[in-house]
Amino acid sequence: MSASGHQRKRFLVQAGLSILAVLILAWTLFPVYYMVLLSLTPTNDLFRPGLYIDNPTLKSYIYTMGQDNPFVRYFWQQLGTSLIVAIWTMATVMVIASLGSFAMARIHFRFRRFVSGLTLFTYIIPASFLSIPFFKMMADYDLLDTKLALVLAMVTFASPYALWVLSDYARTLPPEIEEAGAIDGAGAITIFLYLYLPLILPPLIAIGTYAFLYAWNEYLYALLLLTGEHNIPIPVAMGNFLTTDNAPWNLLMAVSTVYAIPPVILYYCFKRYLVSGLVSGAVAGT
Amino acid sequence: MIRLLHNRTFHGFMFSAPLLALFGAFVIYPMAFGVYYALDRDSYRALFEDPIFLQTVWNTVWYVGLAVNLKLFLALLLSGILDYPYRWIRVLSALFLIPWAVPALPGILSFRWMLNSQWGIFNHLLTKFGLPSVPWLAQHDTALGAIITFHIWKYLPFWTIIFLAGRRAIPSELYEAAAIDGAQPLQNFRYVTFPLLRNLYLICTLLSMVFTLGDFTVPWLLAGGAPGDSTHVLATLAYRYTFHMGRLEWGMATFAVALPVTLFFIFLLLRWVKI
Repeated sequence: MSASGHQRKRFLVQAGLSILAVLILAWTLFPVYYMVLLSLTPTNDLFRPGLYIDNPTLKSYIYTMGQDNPFVRYFWQQLGTSLIVAIWTMATVMVIASLGSFAMARIHFRFRRFVSGLTLFTYIIPASFLSIPFFKMMADYDLLDTKLALVLAMVTFASPYALWVLSDYARTLPPEIEEAGAIDGAGAITIFLYLYLPLILPPLIAIGTYAFLYAWNEYLYALLLLTGEHNIPIPVAMGNFLTTDNAPWNLLMAVSTVYAIPPVILYYCFKRYLVSGLVSGAVAGT
Repeated sequence: MIRLLHNRTFHGFMFSAPLLALFGAFVIYPMAFGVYYALDRDSYRALFEDPIFLQTVWNTVWYVGLAVNLKLFLALLLSGILDYPYRWIRVLSALFLIPWAVPALPGILSFRWMLNSQWGIFNHLLTKFGLPSVPWLAQHDTALGAIITFHIWKYLPFWTIIFLAGRRAIPSELYEAAAIDGAQPLQNFRYVTFPLLRNLYLICTLLSMVFTLGDFTVPWLLAGGAPGDSTHVLATLAYRYTFHMGRLEWGMATFAVALPVTLFFIFLLLRWVKI
């Protein structure tokens, strides 16, 4: 093929890709654009749909921040509940997964396959399948309407993937770590705390973020385990908007936008770690 | 690996004890508990006599079958586009991740308002072009279609990244060898890319099907079973039985119906996926 033929082909490929890119972007971004657009719409214009708005206003955000509407009366408290549950989930998952990954990746013990099988099983089984027994169990222990119940559920379902990513990373560390420690007469706990933990710090922070987001995004378990306006996290409160006929949609979208900002930032910072376990597990399995 | 520790079995269990306690208490125990409740034969008689239940099973089959397979097929194609080495493609792939980063709830609410039959933007545009407006969420077929469409919108980016990583794991020597043999792009795909991605594709299909089988949030918040409880999937129907009708045992039985198929898929996955 001549040089100009190559150029022509390259141009055609680029042109085709650009058209596809425009379609993909329209499909991807429109719902998000529309959410932000609605949040900036004045209440009077809410029932005049359009692709843009003439008089954007921040009123919905101001009402939300000032809790100045019955629908957002407990906004800060609900945001706080979301945050507390997410932080406790993050901390607990980091402890459990770092301990577990040490066993899985660094100790050749007899029932390792059993532990990894159970972990993978928990990762795969849909959380909703366990939701009703879990609800019943929490009711029996009188833990309904406590944040502890939700944290326990979130830790259970966020731990497997966290363990997976951490063990994967820990396997790539050289074996000299423990040998150096053992020669100095250090026990397993000393090795774990002073030699192992500092080395897995980067992925540990990433899986902490994963656990935080898992709890932040959860809807079903939060709906089942927590009730009462002052007690529920943000997503449940947003779902409850829908039960009324005249929900203020601009307000709802302002809450949505505020709720979506932390995950968007964290996903972009940690996106490599949020898929790495699945990629390595599935690619290694092939 | 620790070979110098005296008692490896003991230490292995010591470090995985919190994990085992967690899974024992909150996975194994509730499962056993759920299965025990689901043993009651009367529940199944009641379920299979309930037309809503039968409709739900069909909805779930459609949801899982169509949404997952369409999504993964599109993800496979898109991962090929995002694999082109142009700089602007990197900007595109970053923007393309937004639905994955935004939590499901805001996205669902946005879709729901867009599809509103009176004030939604879709019907507004349709009527502007002289077409009849459609009650999207108020009739079974379009409501189920909306649920499937949202699922694809939300989860397509995630699986595209997985396939992109799979493509990048293919050694470039194979493409160079194919180029020497004069392979065209389609032949590259047919003889190099697809055979090497086939197992990954299969694993992702199974995994995504199991995840989607238990989905509650999307169908519940987008349609909530409406119109007339015709768009339930298993998880939302189980919720309705348990919390709106007070029939805990029916709720458990609804999940138990899907358990054999789920366990079979999980059994296959446990053999293929390494942790």
